[in-house]
Amino acid sequence: MDDLWHGLAQAFWLVVRFDPALVEIAARSLQVTLSALFFACLIAMPLAAFLAVRRFRYRRTVIAVLNALMGLPPVVVGLIVYVFLSRAGPFGVLGLLFTPTAMIIAQVIIIVPLIASIAHQSLRELWHHYHDLLISMNVTQFQKVTTLLWDARRALLTAALAGFGRAIGEVGAIMIVGGNIDHATRVLTTAIALETGKGEFAFALALGFILIALAILVNLSIHWVGKTEREGQW
Amino acid sequence: MVNTLFPLTVTGATARRSGRDLIGPIDLHLSGAPCTMVIGPNGSGKTTLLRLLSGAARLGAGQINWASDADYLRAAQAFVFQRPVMLRRTVLQNLCYPLQLRGVSRVQARRRAEEWAAKVGLTDLLDRPAPALSGGEQQKLALARALITNPKVLFLDEPCAALDGRAMREVEAILQAAKTAGTRLIMSTHDMGQARRLADEVLFLLHGKLHEHTPAAEFFAAPQTPQAAAFLNGDIVE
Repeated sequence: MDDLWHGLAQAFWLVVRFDPALVEIAARSLQVTLSALFFACLIAMPLAAFLAVRRFRYRRTVIAVLNALMGLPPVVVGLIVYVFLSRAGPFGVLGLLFTPTAMIIAQVIIIVPLIASIAHQSLRELWHHYHDLLISMNVTQFQKVTTLLWDARRALLTAALAGFGRAIGEVGAIMIVGGNIDHATRVLTTAIALETGKGEFAFALALGFILIALAILVNLSIHWVGKTEREGQW
Repeated sequence: MVNTLFPLTVTGATARRSGRDLIGPIDLHLSGAPCTMVIGPNGSGKTTLLRLLSGAARLGAGQINWASDADYLRAAQAFVFQRPVMLRRTVLQNLCYPLQLRGVSRVQARRRAEEWAAKVGLTDLLDRPAPALSGGEQQKLALARALITNPKVLFLDEPCAALDGRAMREVEAILQAAKTAGTRLIMSTHDMGQARRLADEVLFLLHGKLHEHTPAAEFFAAPQTPQAAAFLNGDIVE
């Protein structure tokens, strides 16, 4: 229990002092995760809408696989990305291993299935509701997709937040492809793992509390910007 | 106004779902009466017939031939459902939506949307989210949204089934105005009073078969088939 209290106190002082080391890794955490979230949404949202409106042969299979991939083990993703980006791998020449870019790539792979699955759930329901109307209005495939994405935007926000939550707390993959290098690829989660390993429980806990606070803060601000949970809105 | 969609000829049309015939075979010739009313008991295939004619349901066998080609038909028709489908947007955006699909400019779309909102009495509600409207208001919005593109033919599937008397009167006034403006109505209804008020010709369906196709005045005065007579009498037709 003492460790918890020390951790809380230390977290408080780290934040109040605006500790430069803390600010650096917290900023990198946000930078990596938000970038990954951005690219993942760019891939997952249209994919989800496409799966909702388009009937093709292996549609069910694709959806089932996507759902299964929600539970993709991050360590394995990290390992595979590592193999691809390592010197001997197919993308070795790009020199991306142990950079924030590599971490973003790994996180995109981890959260795309999650975002796409959750987004698909709500888009499917909306499509069911809109189907007859849009068919009678003779809309094109592209118009269907854009209409659904726009009208389901608040549900999609939830999907994005789920992706954010998974990415910001993720440690296995980014540890492998990022390498937890100080001033280069160290983020909150990998720092926590390191400090715990060193036996610095209080400091590790302090970082943990800051990570949780950060996640809550981002969620709240997105909700505030998106005006969710207000009367008459969706 | 010349309506180039009619005459419509239907020969041996059937609609199937999972191997079962929902309706048909149906033979029909519509020369374009201002309002064609489809009546019949529940499950007689009214909705399916409307969906077949509009192209929303797949044709199992037979042919449906409009006087114009399929592309023109798709652009010149609109459909109003029993339960209005509201886009999760404001009333104004719902009205603008079909115009935007057709590439009408934002300013122009807004102007026409405001015109139509005034026609159906929704001007005060333009900025309200459409799903928050009452049932009657939603159906009026659905009608305005369907008519805003000046369709040549408007399909209506029991548009007043869930409405009270006042809302029904308002909807019928809008439909009368659309008729006068040259839009052909093909609609189904359960309400024989409404059928009498609006219909110019009647299609009587029973068990997925077309039993009667007669001018409205004749149909209501002296139906040709005993089933239709029984239905008009309020007997339960099985």
